[in-house]
Amino acid sequence: MKLKLGAWITAIVVVAAFFAAAYALSGGPSEPVPSPLTGVYLGKGTKCVAPVAVMRRYHMQFLLHQRNLTVHEGIRTKRFLLTNCVDCHADPKTNSVLGKHGFCASCHEYAAVQIDCFSCHSPHPERVTAASVMTLAPEHSRLAEMVKATALAQIQSDPVDGPK
Amino acid sequence: MSIDRRQFLAVGGAVAASAALAPGLRLVALAEARDPDQAVTSLQRWGILVDTTRCAEGCSACVTACNKENGLEQNVRLDIRPQWIRTVTLRDEQTGYVQTLPMMCQHCEEPPCADVCPTGASFRRADGIVLVDRHICIGCRYCMMACPYKARSFVDENLTDQRANVPRGKGTVEACTMCVHRVDEGRIPACVEACNYDGGKAMTFGDMKDPASEIAKRLATEQSEEIRPDLNLDTGVRYQGL
Repeated sequence: MKLKLGAWITAIVVVAAFFAAAYALSGGPSEPVPSPLTGVYLGKGTKCVAPVAVMRRYHMQFLLHQRNLTVHEGIRTKRFLLTNCVDCHADPKTNSVLGKHGFCASCHEYAAVQIDCFSCHSPHPERVTAASVMTLAPEHSRLAEMVKATALAQIQSDPVDGPK
Repeated sequence: MSIDRRQFLAVGGAVAASAALAPGLRLVALAEARDPDQAVTSLQRWGILVDTTRCAEGCSACVTACNKENGLEQNVRLDIRPQWIRTVTLRDEQTGYVQTLPMMCQHCEEPPCADVCPTGASFRRADGIVLVDRHICIGCRYCMMACPYKARSFVDENLTDQRANVPRGKGTVEACTMCVHRVDEGRIPACVEACNYDGGKAMTFGDMKDPASEIAKRLATEQSEEIRPDLNLDTGVRYQGL
């Protein structure tokens, strides 16, 4: 089958008109890919507990590993402890890592990866306060003294920004 | 600053005396001060001794403290509200003698909950604290049926505002953790603290394997008993005056 030149020209014009219309309807040049971190509070400290690229790639493995150590062996080193992450990364405005600009939620929303950490864990920071330590009973003087000293040392040696 | 001969000898003597003590021998037990990077070991076993004669009827200091510490005071229906510790009132029908005692997870050496758990979520930590790893709990509630003390609760509803140190969530079973987050940082459980502060000073917490601890000394010298000793569970919570 052989088409005539006129038919070819008509076809080309139709196709070009289709793309022109699509371009016009889409509102011109497409938007750049949005950054998930726009407007997100990044954290209190100047650097994270590991290089940013490592944390982006492996934070879930770190958390998973730490979770087993913490629950089963009572190891509560602060480096990859979820509460430590939350303490540093919670947005002071919302006091949370969730929400539209929350450190965890914004990126996971963007990547469409649902996390269920915070259906159980608190997304809000909570620190041990001196007041909560002071209410120890006199009956436990030996333990109480030791506990108070430990806790106070912990509070003093552990400024809120945490990572070590 | 100058020191005279007498002071010099005194200081020198103290230094020599402390050096003469064998390395590894500590004058003050540091049992509670475990480093955060050290795993718990079976060299310790945490326990609670409850003197029920000092447990006053109507007092619920331990329950209130537990609810507060662990964030259990959620806005959920009363009939399904999780309960980690409760007060039990016993009445002798012949004599009318009434006694009250706190009842919670007994932190068994041989926990039936861990025996029946199909996923390994119920487990006993090396230092004797029985816990639920809610990351792997599937909410089957076998452990609730296996527990002879009715110590466990199921979370039926979505929760918000959990305490940072006490993660809890819908679809999992939970129970008294002996305030593991506090014990790990060298503090005592909230119920024991409250009982000694506001209550009848009936509860004692400590390491049952440390001969220097108050609880070990009292267990060695005073009568105490488990609840349901016939089950041979070797509980970590023991009672006096039942």
